[in-house]
Amino acid sequence: MAAKLGKRASKNLADALTYIFLIGVGVVILIPVLWMLSTALKANSEVFLFPPRWIPKELKWDNFRKGLTFLPFARYFANTSYITLLSVAGQMVSSPLIAYGFAKLRARAREPLFYLLLSTMMLPRHVTMVPLFVLYRHFGWIDTYWPLILPAFAGAPYYIFLLRQFLLTIPEEMSDAAKIDGCGYFKTYARIFLPLSKPALATVAIFTFMWTWNDFMGPLIYVSSDEKWTLTLGLSRFTGMYGETAWNQLMAVSLIIILPSILLFFFAQRLFIQGIVITGVKG
Amino acid sequence: MTATTPVKHKLGIQARREERAFYAFISPWIVGFLAFTAIPVVLSLYYSFNRYDVLTPPRWAGLDNYTTLFTDDLFYQALKVTSLYSVGSVTLGILASLFIAIVLNRNIRGVSFFRTMFYLPSVISGVAISLLWMWIFNPDFGLINFLLWRVFRIEGPGWIYDAEWAVPSLIVMSLWGIGGGIVIYLARLQGIPTDLYEAAEIDGAGALRRIFSITLPMMTPVIFFNLLMGIINSFQVFTQAYVMTNGGPGYATLFYVLYLYRYAFKYYQMGYASALAWVLFIILLILTMLVFRSSDRWVYYEGA
Repeated sequence: MAAKLGKRASKNLADALTYIFLIGVGVVILIPVLWMLSTALKANSEVFLFPPRWIPKELKWDNFRKGLTFLPFARYFANTSYITLLSVAGQMVSSPLIAYGFAKLRARAREPLFYLLLSTMMLPRHVTMVPLFVLYRHFGWIDTYWPLILPAFAGAPYYIFLLRQFLLTIPEEMSDAAKIDGCGYFKTYARIFLPLSKPALATVAIFTFMWTWNDFMGPLIYVSSDEKWTLTLGLSRFTGMYGETAWNQLMAVSLIIILPSILLFFFAQRLFIQGIVITGVKG
Repeated sequence: MTATTPVKHKLGIQARREERAFYAFISPWIVGFLAFTAIPVVLSLYYSFNRYDVLTPPRWAGLDNYTTLFTDDLFYQALKVTSLYSVGSVTLGILASLFIAIVLNRNIRGVSFFRTMFYLPSVISGVAISLLWMWIFNPDFGLINFLLWRVFRIEGPGWIYDAEWAVPSLIVMSLWGIGGGIVIYLARLQGIPTDLYEAAEIDGAGALRRIFSITLPMMTPVIFFNLLMGIINSFQVFTQAYVMTNGGPGYATLFYVLYLYRYAFKYYQMGYASALAWVLFIILLILTMLVFRSSDRWVYYEGA
Protein backbone atom coordinates (compact mmCIF):
# COMPACT_ATOMS: atom_id res chain seq x y z
CA MET A 1 0.00 0.00 0.00
CA ALA A 2 1.05 3.63 0.21
CA ALA A 3 3.68 2.93 2.85
CA LYS A 4 5.93 5.66 1.56
CA LEU A 5 3.37 8.42 2.04
CA GLY A 6 2.79 9.70 5.52
CA LYS A 7 -0.74 9.75 6.89
CA ARG A 8 -1.05 13.50 6.31
CA ALA A 9 0.17 13.30 2.75
CA SER A 10 -2.15 10.48 1.80
CA LYS A 11 -5.07 12.41 3.20
CA ASN A 12 -4.11 15.41 1.09
CA LEU A 13 -3.89 13.21 -1.95
CA ALA A 14 -7.29 11.72 -1.24
CA ASP A 15 -8.74 15.20 -0.76
CA ALA A 16 -7.27 16.41 -4.03
CA LEU A 17 -8.68 13.44 -5.91
CA THR A 18 -12.03 14.05 -4.26
CA TYR A 19 -12.09 17.65 -5.42
CA ILE A 20 -11.09 16.71 -8.94
CA PHE A 21 -13.81 14.09 -9.09
CA LEU A 22 -16.50 16.38 -7.68
CA ILE A 23 -15.58 19.25 -9.93
CA GLY A 24 -15.63 16.84 -12.86
CA VAL A 25 -19.14 15.72 -11.95
CA GLY A 26 -20.16 19.34 -11.48
CA VAL A 27 -18.90 20.25 -14.94
CA VAL A 28 -20.76 17.35 -16.51
CA ILE A 29 -23.91 18.42 -14.72
CA LEU A 30 -23.65 22.06 -15.70
CA ILE A 31 -22.57 21.69 -19.32
CA PRO A 32 -26.11 21.10 -20.63
CA VAL A 33 -27.31 24.35 -19.09
CA LEU A 34 -24.37 26.26 -20.53
CA TRP A 35 -25.07 24.62 -23.88
CA MET A 36 -28.64 25.85 -23.58
CA LEU A 37 -27.45 29.42 -23.05
CA SER A 38 -24.93 29.17 -25.84
CA THR A 39 -27.53 27.93 -28.30
CA ALA A 40 -30.02 30.57 -27.24
CA LEU A 41 -27.67 33.35 -28.23
CA LYS A 42 -26.69 32.00 -31.64
CA ALA A 43 -27.74 33.40 -34.98
CA ASN A 44 -29.76 31.04 -37.19
CA SER A 45 -26.77 30.32 -39.38
CA GLU A 46 -24.64 29.32 -36.42
CA VAL A 47 -27.02 26.83 -34.84
CA PHE A 48 -26.38 24.03 -37.29
CA LEU A 49 -22.63 24.03 -37.36
CA PHE A 50 -20.35 21.11 -36.88
CA PRO A 51 -18.11 21.34 -34.96
CA PRO A 52 -20.30 23.71 -32.94
CA ARG A 53 -18.99 26.92 -31.51
CA TRP A 54 -19.37 27.54 -27.79
CA ILE A 55 -19.37 31.30 -27.87
CA PRO A 56 -21.46 32.70 -30.71
CA LYS A 57 -19.89 35.30 -32.98
CA GLU A 58 -22.64 37.73 -32.18
CA LEU A 59 -24.82 37.50 -29.10
CA LYS A 60 -28.26 37.42 -30.56
CA TRP A 61 -30.33 38.58 -27.59
CA ASP A 62 -33.07 39.11 -30.13
CA ASN A 63 -33.75 35.37 -30.06
CA PHE A 64 -35.46 35.85 -26.73
CA ARG A 65 -37.88 38.36 -28.14
CA LYS A 66 -38.45 36.34 -31.29
CA GLY A 67 -39.07 33.12 -29.39
CA LEU A 68 -41.40 34.67 -26.85
CA THR A 69 -43.55 36.20 -29.57
CA PHE A 70 -43.53 33.18 -31.86
CA LEU A 71 -46.34 31.88 -29.71
CA PRO A 72 -48.27 34.09 -27.29
CA PHE A 73 -46.01 33.23 -24.37
CA ALA A 74 -47.01 36.30 -22.37
CA ARG A 75 -50.52 34.91 -22.32
CA TYR A 76 -49.28 31.45 -21.36
CA PHE A 77 -47.21 33.03 -18.62
CA ALA A 78 -50.32 34.71 -17.19
CA ASN A 79 -52.30 31.47 -17.43
CA THR A 80 -49.65 29.38 -15.75
CA SER A 81 -49.17 31.97 -13.01
CA TYR A 82 -52.89 31.97 -12.33
CA ILE A 83 -53.08 28.19 -12.02
CA THR A 84 -49.91 28.02 -9.95
CA LEU A 85 -50.86 30.75 -7.51
CA LEU A 86 -54.26 29.24 -6.87
CA SER A 87 -52.80 25.77 -6.43
CA VAL A 88 -50.24 27.05 -3.96
CA ALA A 89 -52.97 28.90 -2.07
CA GLY A 90 -55.11 25.76 -2.02
CA GLN A 91 -52.35 23.59 -0.63
CA MET A 92 -51.35 26.16 1.96
CA VAL A 93 -54.90 26.28 3.24
CA SER A 94 -55.77 22.60 3.22
CA SER A 95 -52.59 20.64 3.86
CA PRO A 96 -51.68 22.12 7.25
CA LEU A 97 -55.28 21.84 8.40
CA ILE A 98 -55.39 18.16 7.58
CA ALA A 99 -51.90 17.55 8.92
CA TYR A 100 -52.85 19.15 12.23
CA GLY A 101 -55.77 16.77 12.55
CA PHE A 102 -53.53 13.78 12.01
CA ALA A 103 -50.77 15.09 14.24
CA LYS A 104 -52.49 16.61 17.22
CA LEU A 105 -56.04 15.40 17.48
CA ARG A 106 -56.96 11.96 18.71
CA ALA A 107 -59.63 9.76 17.20
CA ARG A 108 -60.19 6.05 17.13
CA ALA A 109 -59.86 5.82 13.38
CA ARG A 110 -56.86 8.12 13.14
CA GLU A 111 -54.10 5.58 12.46
CA PRO A 112 -56.04 3.52 9.87
CA LEU A 113 -57.04 6.72 8.07
CA PHE A 114 -53.45 7.87 8.07
CA TYR A 115 -52.30 4.62 6.51
CA LEU A 116 -55.04 5.02 3.94
CA LEU A 117 -53.64 8.46 3.17
CA LEU A 118 -50.14 7.06 2.78
CA SER A 119 -51.29 4.25 0.55
CA THR A 120 -52.83 6.69 -1.90
CA MET A 121 -49.33 8.02 -2.52
CA MET A 122 -48.58 4.77 -4.27
CA LEU A 123 -51.64 4.86 -6.51
CA PRO A 124 -50.62 5.69 -10.07
CA ARG A 125 -52.18 8.94 -11.20
CA HIS A 126 -53.28 7.19 -14.35
CA VAL A 127 -55.76 4.85 -12.73
CA THR A 128 -57.97 7.82 -11.85
CA MET A 129 -57.10 9.79 -14.98
CA VAL A 130 -59.82 8.38 -17.23
CA PRO A 131 -62.79 8.52 -14.80
CA LEU A 132 -61.77 11.97 -13.63
CA PHE A 133 -61.80 13.15 -17.23
CA VAL A 134 -65.29 11.71 -17.69
CA LEU A 135 -66.52 13.27 -14.46
CA TYR A 136 -65.05 16.67 -15.28
CA ARG A 137 -66.56 16.48 -18.72
CA HIS A 138 -69.91 15.76 -17.13
CA PHE A 139 -69.59 18.97 -15.13
CA GLY A 140 -68.51 20.92 -18.17
CA TRP A 141 -65.10 21.58 -16.65
CA ILE A 142 -63.03 20.44 -19.60
CA ASP A 143 -61.11 23.36 -21.05
CA THR A 144 -61.34 25.23 -17.76
CA TYR A 145 -58.77 25.36 -15.02
CA TRP A 146 -60.98 23.70 -12.38
CA PRO A 147 -59.50 20.20 -12.82
CA LEU A 148 -56.04 21.65 -12.25
CA ILE A 149 -56.87 23.81 -9.25
CA LEU A 150 -59.59 22.09 -7.29
CA PRO A 151 -57.59 19.06 -6.08
CA ALA A 152 -55.14 21.44 -4.42
CA PHE A 153 -57.82 22.37 -1.92
CA ALA A 154 -58.09 18.79 -0.71
CA GLY A 155 -54.43 18.60 0.31
CA ALA A 156 -51.83 16.27 -1.15
CA PRO A 157 -50.57 13.17 0.72
CA TYR A 158 -46.94 14.15 0.27
CA TYR A 159 -47.41 17.57 1.84
CA ILE A 160 -49.77 16.31 4.54
CA PHE A 161 -47.15 13.76 5.51
CA LEU A 162 -44.39 16.36 5.56
CA LEU A 163 -46.40 18.79 7.66
CA ARG A 164 -47.55 16.07 10.03
CA GLN A 165 -43.99 14.98 10.69
CA PHE A 166 -43.11 18.59 11.33
CA LEU A 167 -46.04 19.21 13.66
CA LEU A 168 -45.20 16.09 15.64
CA THR A 169 -41.95 17.72 16.67
CA ILE A 170 -43.77 20.61 18.34
CA PRO A 171 -44.18 19.70 22.01
CA GLU A 172 -47.55 18.93 23.54
CA GLU A 173 -47.05 21.69 26.09
CA MET A 174 -48.00 24.16 23.39
CA SER A 175 -51.49 22.77 22.92
CA ASP A 176 -51.89 22.20 26.66
CA ALA A 177 -51.06 25.82 27.37
CA ALA A 178 -53.57 26.93 24.78
CA LYS A 179 -56.26 24.72 26.24
CA ILE A 180 -55.70 26.20 29.67
CA ASP A 181 -56.14 29.62 28.14
CA GLY A 182 -59.50 28.45 26.86
CA CYS A 183 -58.65 28.19 23.16
CA GLY A 184 -60.80 25.94 21.04
CA TYR A 185 -59.23 23.50 18.61
CA PHE A 186 -59.25 25.83 15.67
CA LYS A 187 -57.85 28.76 17.62
CA THR A 188 -55.03 26.60 18.93
CA TYR A 189 -54.28 25.59 15.38
CA ALA A 190 -54.48 29.05 13.88
CA ARG A 191 -52.88 31.11 16.61
CA ILE A 192 -50.13 28.77 17.77
CA PHE A 193 -49.27 25.88 15.44
CA LEU A 194 -49.72 27.57 12.13
CA PRO A 195 -47.25 30.39 12.82
CA LEU A 196 -44.77 27.86 14.19
CA SER A 197 -45.01 25.88 10.96
CA LYS A 198 -43.74 28.62 8.69
CA PRO A 199 -40.61 26.78 7.46
CA ALA A 200 -42.55 23.63 6.63
CA LEU A 201 -45.30 25.67 4.99
CA ALA A 202 -42.74 27.51 2.90
CA THR A 203 -41.42 24.14 1.74
CA VAL A 204 -44.92 23.04 0.75
CA ALA A 205 -45.45 26.29 -1.12
CA ILE A 206 -42.20 25.88 -3.02
CA PHE A 207 -42.81 22.29 -3.98
CA THR A 208 -46.37 23.06 -5.07
CA PHE A 209 -45.10 25.93 -7.16
CA MET A 210 -42.48 23.78 -8.87
CA TRP A 211 -44.86 20.94 -9.52
CA THR A 212 -47.69 23.09 -10.90
CA TRP A 213 -45.46 25.38 -12.93
CA ASN A 214 -43.88 22.38 -14.65
CA ASP A 215 -46.97 20.18 -14.96
CA PHE A 216 -47.45 18.95 -18.49
CA MET A 217 -49.83 16.02 -18.49
CA GLY A 218 -52.55 17.87 -16.55
CA PRO A 219 -52.86 20.80 -18.96
CA LEU A 220 -52.39 18.43 -21.88
CA ILE A 221 -55.51 16.51 -20.94
CA TYR A 222 -57.76 19.27 -19.67
CA VAL A 223 -56.88 22.37 -21.68
CA SER A 224 -57.72 22.64 -25.36
CA SER A 225 -58.31 26.22 -26.48
CA ASP A 226 -55.18 28.02 -27.61
CA GLU A 227 -55.62 31.03 -25.40
CA LYS A 228 -55.85 28.89 -22.27
CA TRP A 229 -52.57 27.10 -22.85
CA THR A 230 -49.93 26.92 -20.16
CA LEU A 231 -46.21 27.48 -20.65
CA THR A 232 -45.51 23.77 -20.79
CA LEU A 233 -48.05 23.28 -23.56
CA GLY A 234 -46.70 26.25 -25.47
CA LEU A 235 -43.16 24.91 -25.21
CA SER A 236 -44.13 21.48 -26.44
CA ARG A 237 -45.89 22.94 -29.45
CA PHE A 238 -42.87 25.03 -30.40
CA THR A 239 -41.35 22.12 -32.27
CA GLY A 240 -43.08 20.78 -35.31
CA MET A 241 -44.58 24.14 -36.12
CA TYR A 242 -42.59 24.33 -39.31
CA GLY A 243 -40.30 21.72 -40.78
CA GLU A 244 -37.15 22.98 -39.11
CA THR A 245 -37.16 23.74 -35.40
CA ALA A 246 -35.64 27.07 -34.45
CA TRP A 247 -33.49 25.62 -31.69
CA ASN A 248 -31.98 28.94 -30.74
CA GLN A 249 -35.34 30.54 -30.12
CA LEU A 250 -36.59 27.40 -28.41
CA MET A 251 -33.64 27.33 -26.02
CA ALA A 252 -34.12 31.02 -25.32
CA VAL A 253 -37.76 30.54 -24.41
CA SER A 254 -36.95 27.47 -22.32
CA LEU A 255 -34.42 29.46 -20.37
CA ILE A 256 -37.00 32.10 -19.56
CA ILE A 257 -39.50 29.46 -18.50
CA ILE A 258 -37.14 27.66 -16.16
CA LEU A 259 -35.84 30.91 -14.71
CA PRO A 260 -38.46 31.22 -11.92
CA SER A 261 -37.70 27.69 -10.77
CA ILE A 262 -33.96 28.33 -10.70
CA LEU A 263 -34.32 31.64 -8.88
CA LEU A 264 -36.67 30.09 -6.36
CA PHE A 265 -34.20 27.29 -5.83
CA PHE A 266 -31.28 29.61 -5.20
CA PHE A 267 -33.18 31.72 -2.72
CA ALA A 268 -34.81 28.85 -0.86
CA GLN A 269 -32.22 26.09 -1.10
CA ARG A 270 -32.36 25.17 2.52
CA LEU A 271 -36.13 24.69 2.40
CA PHE A 272 -35.85 22.50 -0.69
CA ILE A 273 -33.24 20.30 0.92
CA GLN A 274 -35.13 20.15 4.19
CA GLY A 275 -38.29 19.08 2.46
CA ILE A 276 -36.62 16.28 0.59
CA VAL A 277 -34.75 15.11 3.63
CA ILE A 278 -37.78 14.97 5.88
CA THR A 279 -39.74 12.80 3.53
CA GLY A 280 -36.82 10.90 2.08
CA VAL A 281 -34.79 10.07 5.12
CA LYS A 282 -37.51 9.73 7.70
CA GLY A 283 -40.04 8.32 5.27
CA MET B 1 -61.62 18.85 34.01
CA THR B 2 -62.11 15.26 35.01
CA ALA B 3 -60.08 12.81 32.98
CA THR B 4 -62.32 10.25 31.32
CA THR B 5 -61.25 6.67 30.97
CA PRO B 6 -62.26 5.18 27.62
CA VAL B 7 -64.27 2.05 28.24
CA LYS B 8 -64.10 -0.15 25.12
CA HIS B 9 -65.89 1.99 22.52
CA LYS B 10 -67.44 4.47 24.89
CA LEU B 11 -65.68 7.78 25.04
CA GLY B 12 -66.03 10.62 27.45
CA ILE B 13 -67.36 13.98 26.39
CA GLN B 14 -63.95 15.55 25.96
CA ALA B 15 -62.64 12.72 23.83
CA ARG B 16 -65.73 12.80 21.65
CA ARG B 17 -65.31 16.52 21.15
CA GLU B 18 -61.75 15.95 20.08
CA GLU B 19 -62.83 13.24 17.67
CA ARG B 20 -65.36 15.53 16.07
CA ALA B 21 -62.68 18.18 15.74
CA PHE B 22 -60.38 15.60 14.15
CA TYR B 23 -62.92 14.85 11.47
CA ALA B 24 -63.59 18.52 10.94
CA PHE B 25 -59.90 19.20 10.39
CA ILE B 26 -59.34 16.37 7.96
CA SER B 27 -62.63 16.90 6.14
CA PRO B 28 -61.01 18.50 3.06
CA TRP B 29 -58.95 15.36 2.61
CA ILE B 30 -61.94 13.06 3.16
CA VAL B 31 -64.00 14.93 0.58
CA GLY B 32 -61.05 15.01 -1.81
CA PHE B 33 -60.26 11.36 -1.23
CA LEU B 34 -63.82 10.34 -2.07
CA ALA B 35 -64.15 12.68 -5.03
CA PHE B 36 -60.70 12.38 -6.61
CA THR B 37 -59.58 8.95 -5.54
CA ALA B 38 -62.11 6.46 -4.18
CA ILE B 39 -64.95 7.06 -6.61
CA PRO B 40 -62.71 7.36 -9.69
CA VAL B 41 -60.90 4.17 -8.75
CA VAL B 42 -64.17 2.25 -8.60
CA LEU B 43 -65.37 3.88 -11.82
CA SER B 44 -62.10 3.00 -13.48
CA LEU B 45 -62.58 -0.66 -12.60
CA TYR B 46 -66.11 -0.48 -13.96
CA TYR B 47 -64.99 1.09 -17.22
CA SER B 48 -62.36 -1.59 -17.69
CA PHE B 49 -65.20 -4.08 -18.15
CA ASN B 50 -66.94 -1.91 -20.72
CA ARG B 51 -66.51 -0.45 -24.14
CA TYR B 52 -66.71 3.28 -23.67
CA ASP B 53 -65.92 6.14 -26.00
CA VAL B 54 -67.27 8.95 -23.80
CA LEU B 55 -69.76 10.11 -26.42
CA THR B 56 -72.04 7.09 -26.19
CA PRO B 57 -72.91 5.30 -22.94
CA PRO B 58 -70.68 2.41 -21.82
CA ARG B 59 -71.52 -1.00 -23.24
CA TRP B 60 -70.75 -4.03 -21.17
CA ALA B 61 -67.91 -6.10 -22.53
CA GLY B 62 -67.04 -8.40 -19.66
CA LEU B 63 -63.42 -9.49 -19.75
CA ASP B 64 -62.95 -8.56 -23.42
CA ASN B 65 -60.60 -5.68 -22.70
CA TYR B 66 -58.39 -7.88 -20.59
CA THR B 67 -58.26 -10.76 -23.05
CA THR B 68 -57.42 -8.31 -25.82
CA LEU B 69 -54.74 -6.81 -23.61
CA PHE B 70 -52.98 -10.09 -22.98
CA THR B 71 -52.84 -10.85 -26.69
CA ASP B 72 -51.79 -7.32 -27.64
CA ASP B 73 -48.23 -7.22 -28.96
CA LEU B 74 -47.90 -3.55 -28.28
CA PHE B 75 -48.89 -4.11 -24.66
CA TYR B 76 -45.91 -6.38 -24.23
CA GLN B 77 -43.73 -3.92 -26.12
CA ALA B 78 -44.83 -1.15 -23.76
CA LEU B 79 -44.07 -3.36 -20.77
CA LYS B 80 -40.68 -4.26 -22.18
CA VAL B 81 -39.71 -0.65 -22.92
CA THR B 82 -40.86 0.58 -19.51
CA SER B 83 -39.21 -2.27 -17.59
CA LEU B 84 -35.93 -1.82 -19.43
CA TYR B 85 -35.93 1.86 -18.68
CA SER B 86 -36.87 1.26 -15.06
CA VAL B 87 -34.13 -1.27 -14.41
CA GLY B 88 -31.53 0.90 -16.13
CA SER B 89 -32.39 4.25 -14.65
CA VAL B 90 -33.13 3.06 -11.11
CA THR B 91 -30.05 0.88 -10.64
CA LEU B 92 -27.64 3.28 -12.31
CA GLY B 93 -29.26 6.20 -10.53
CA ILE B 94 -28.96 4.67 -7.09
CA LEU B 95 -25.39 3.49 -7.68
CA ALA B 96 -24.28 6.85 -9.03
CA SER B 97 -25.94 8.99 -6.37
CA LEU B 98 -24.74 6.72 -3.55
CA PHE B 99 -21.20 6.84 -4.82
CA ILE B 100 -21.19 10.60 -5.23
CA ALA B 101 -22.82 11.11 -1.84
CA ILE B 102 -20.17 8.95 -0.15
CA VAL B 103 -17.39 10.88 -1.85
CA LEU B 104 -19.09 14.15 -0.97
CA ASN B 105 -19.35 13.13 2.66
CA ARG B 106 -15.64 13.22 3.22
CA ASN B 107 -14.50 16.03 5.45
CA ILE B 108 -13.94 18.59 2.76
CA ARG B 109 -15.00 22.17 2.36
CA GLY B 110 -17.72 23.32 0.01
CA VAL B 111 -20.08 20.40 0.54
CA SER B 112 -23.19 22.54 0.28
CA PHE B 113 -21.85 24.25 -2.81
CA PHE B 114 -21.47 20.93 -4.59
CA ARG B 115 -24.77 19.73 -3.27
CA THR B 116 -26.52 22.76 -4.69
CA MET B 117 -24.80 22.33 -8.02
CA PHE B 118 -25.75 18.67 -8.26
CA TYR B 119 -29.35 19.29 -7.30
CA LEU B 120 -29.91 22.12 -9.77
CA PRO B 121 -30.99 19.97 -12.75
CA SER B 122 -33.81 18.46 -10.73
CA VAL B 123 -35.65 21.77 -10.48
CA ILE B 124 -35.84 22.19 -14.23
CA SER B 125 -39.15 21.38 -15.86
CA GLY B 126 -40.07 18.17 -17.60
CA VAL B 127 -40.83 19.75 -20.95
CA ALA B 128 -37.83 22.10 -20.91
CA ILE B 129 -35.51 19.26 -19.96
CA SER B 130 -36.96 17.05 -22.69
CA LEU B 131 -36.42 19.71 -25.34
CA LEU B 132 -32.93 20.52 -24.12
CA TRP B 133 -31.88 16.90 -24.27
CA MET B 134 -33.51 16.48 -27.66
CA TRP B 135 -31.10 19.12 -28.82
CA ILE B 136 -28.18 17.62 -26.91
CA PHE B 137 -28.87 14.22 -28.44
CA ASN B 138 -29.10 15.63 -31.95
CA PRO B 139 -26.92 13.20 -33.93
CA ASP B 140 -25.46 15.80 -36.26
CA PHE B 141 -25.19 19.01 -34.26
CA GLY B 142 -25.79 17.99 -30.69
CA LEU B 143 -23.48 18.32 -27.72
CA ILE B 144 -22.93 14.65 -26.98
CA ASN B 145 -21.83 13.55 -30.42
CA PHE B 146 -19.66 16.64 -30.65
CA LEU B 147 -17.90 15.76 -27.39
CA LEU B 148 -17.57 12.12 -28.38
CA TRP B 149 -15.87 13.18 -31.57
CA ARG B 150 -13.68 15.84 -30.04
CA VAL B 151 -12.50 13.86 -27.05
CA PHE B 152 -12.67 10.23 -28.08
CA ARG B 153 -12.78 10.43 -31.85
CA ILE B 154 -15.93 8.26 -31.78
CA GLU B 155 -18.78 8.83 -34.13
CA GLY B 156 -21.77 8.89 -31.86
CA PRO B 157 -24.99 6.93 -32.56
CA GLY B 158 -28.35 8.32 -33.56
CA TRP B 159 -29.46 8.43 -29.88
CA ILE B 160 -33.18 9.10 -29.70
CA TYR B 161 -33.54 8.67 -33.46
CA ASP B 162 -32.06 5.19 -33.34
CA ALA B 163 -34.31 2.36 -32.18
CA GLU B 164 -31.49 0.63 -30.33
CA TRP B 165 -30.24 3.72 -28.55
CA ALA B 166 -33.54 5.40 -27.78
CA VAL B 167 -34.19 3.90 -24.35
CA PRO B 168 -30.52 4.11 -23.30
CA SER B 169 -30.63 7.80 -24.27
CA LEU B 170 -33.53 8.36 -21.91
CA ILE B 171 -31.70 6.48 -19.18
CA VAL B 172 -28.68 8.74 -19.63
CA MET B 173 -31.00 11.71 -19.44
CA SER B 174 -32.51 10.42 -16.20
CA LEU B 175 -29.05 10.27 -14.65
CA TRP B 176 -28.83 13.99 -14.97
CA GLY B 177 -31.36 14.25 -12.20
CA ILE B 178 -29.60 12.19 -9.53
CA GLY B 179 -29.18 15.30 -7.40
CA GLY B 180 -32.29 14.47 -5.43
CA GLY B 181 -30.89 11.10 -4.43
CA ILE B 182 -27.54 12.63 -3.57
CA VAL B 183 -29.20 15.07 -1.20
CA ILE B 184 -31.08 12.32 0.60
CA TYR B 185 -28.11 9.97 0.87
CA LEU B 186 -25.86 12.77 2.02
CA ALA B 187 -28.29 13.71 4.78
CA ARG B 188 -28.42 10.13 5.94
CA LEU B 189 -24.65 9.73 5.75
CA GLN B 190 -24.19 12.77 7.93
CA GLY B 191 -26.35 11.12 10.54
CA ILE B 192 -24.19 8.05 10.95
CA PRO B 193 -22.43 8.31 14.31
CA THR B 194 -18.69 8.75 13.94
CA ASP B 195 -17.84 6.47 16.87
CA LEU B 196 -18.82 3.55 14.69
CA TYR B 197 -16.11 4.50 12.23
CA GLU B 198 -13.61 5.19 14.98
CA ALA B 199 -14.20 1.84 16.60
CA ALA B 200 -13.76 0.13 13.23
CA GLU B 201 -10.57 2.03 12.55
CA ILE B 202 -9.17 0.98 15.90
CA ASP B 203 -10.00 -2.60 15.03
CA GLY B 204 -7.91 -2.12 11.92
CA ALA B 205 -10.59 -1.81 9.24
CA GLY B 206 -9.45 -0.04 6.08
CA ALA B 207 -11.51 2.61 4.30
CA LEU B 208 -13.13 0.18 1.90
CA ARG B 209 -13.97 -2.25 4.65
CA ARG B 210 -15.57 0.51 6.66
CA ILE B 211 -17.76 1.45 3.72
CA PHE B 212 -19.01 -2.07 3.22
CA SER B 213 -19.48 -2.95 6.86
CA ILE B 214 -20.75 0.31 8.31
CA THR B 215 -21.80 2.87 5.72
CA LEU B 216 -23.76 0.69 3.36
CA PRO B 217 -25.71 -1.26 6.01
CA MET B 218 -26.65 2.00 7.70
CA MET B 219 -27.85 3.35 4.37
CA THR B 220 -30.11 0.46 3.53
CA PRO B 221 -33.37 2.00 4.85
CA VAL B 222 -32.92 5.04 2.62
CA ILE B 223 -31.82 2.95 -0.33
CA PHE B 224 -34.93 0.87 0.18
CA PHE B 225 -37.19 3.91 0.09
CA ASN B 226 -35.45 5.32 -3.00
CA LEU B 227 -35.62 1.96 -4.72
CA LEU B 228 -39.36 1.75 -4.14
CA MET B 229 -40.12 5.32 -5.23
CA GLY B 230 -37.71 4.96 -8.14
CA ILE B 231 -39.49 1.90 -9.49
CA ILE B 232 -42.93 3.44 -9.04
CA ASN B 233 -41.94 6.71 -10.71
CA SER B 234 -39.97 5.18 -13.55
CA PHE B 235 -42.99 3.12 -14.54
CA GLN B 236 -45.00 6.30 -14.99
CA VAL B 237 -42.71 8.16 -17.37
CA PHE B 238 -44.74 10.13 -19.88
CA THR B 239 -43.50 13.62 -20.76
CA GLN B 240 -40.16 12.61 -22.22
CA ALA B 241 -41.74 9.91 -24.35
CA TYR B 242 -44.46 12.23 -25.60
CA VAL B 243 -42.32 15.27 -26.29
CA MET B 244 -39.05 13.75 -27.46
CA THR B 245 -39.88 10.65 -29.43
CA ASN B 246 -43.65 10.16 -29.39
CA GLY B 247 -43.09 6.47 -28.84
CA GLY B 248 -40.66 6.10 -31.73
CA PRO B 249 -38.59 5.36 -33.64
CA GLY B 250 -41.08 2.65 -34.53
CA TYR B 251 -42.24 1.60 -31.07
CA ALA B 252 -38.85 1.76 -29.41
CA THR B 253 -39.95 4.21 -26.75
CA LEU B 254 -43.58 3.21 -26.40
CA PHE B 255 -43.71 3.77 -22.65
CA TYR B 256 -46.65 2.25 -20.83
CA VAL B 257 -48.32 5.49 -19.80
CA LEU B 258 -47.89 6.90 -23.30
CA TYR B 259 -49.66 3.83 -24.63
CA LEU B 260 -52.42 4.30 -22.05
CA TYR B 261 -52.72 7.98 -22.93
CA ARG B 262 -53.15 7.18 -26.60
CA TYR B 263 -55.98 4.77 -25.99
CA ALA B 264 -57.74 7.23 -23.71
CA PHE B 265 -57.26 10.53 -25.50
CA LYS B 266 -56.35 9.67 -29.05
CA TYR B 267 -58.56 6.70 -29.82
CA TYR B 268 -61.12 7.48 -27.11
CA GLN B 269 -61.28 3.89 -25.96
CA MET B 270 -61.74 4.51 -22.26
CA GLY B 271 -62.52 0.90 -21.50
CA TYR B 272 -59.26 -0.43 -22.84
CA ALA B 273 -57.33 2.45 -21.31
CA SER B 274 -58.86 1.68 -17.91
CA ALA B 275 -57.89 -1.96 -18.25
CA LEU B 276 -54.34 -0.88 -19.05
CA ALA B 277 -54.36 1.36 -15.99
CA TRP B 278 -55.45 -1.46 -13.71
CA VAL B 279 -52.87 -3.84 -15.05
CA LEU B 280 -50.24 -1.16 -14.36
CA PHE B 281 -51.57 -0.80 -10.83
CA ILE B 282 -51.40 -4.53 -10.20
CA ILE B 283 -47.89 -4.72 -11.61
CA LEU B 284 -46.75 -1.92 -9.34
CA LEU B 285 -48.40 -3.57 -6.34
CA ILE B 286 -46.62 -6.83 -7.07
CA LEU B 287 -43.28 -5.06 -7.52
CA THR B 288 -43.84 -3.14 -4.28
CA MET B 289 -44.59 -6.34 -2.41
CA LEU B 290 -41.51 -8.00 -3.85
CA VAL B 291 -39.31 -5.14 -2.76
CA PHE B 292 -40.87 -5.15 0.71
CA ARG B 293 -40.51 -8.91 0.97
CA SER B 294 -36.88 -8.82 -0.05
CA SER B 295 -36.18 -5.99 2.36
CA ASP B 296 -36.10 -8.38 5.28
CA ARG B 297 -32.93 -9.80 3.84
CA TRP B 298 -30.96 -6.68 3.28
CA VAL B 299 -32.41 -3.72 5.16
CA TYR B 300 -31.01 -2.98 8.61
CA TYR B 301 -33.26 -0.91 10.81
CA GLU B 302 -31.34 0.43 13.72
CA GLY B 303 -32.99 0.76 17.10
CA ALA B 304 -32.82 4.51 17.49
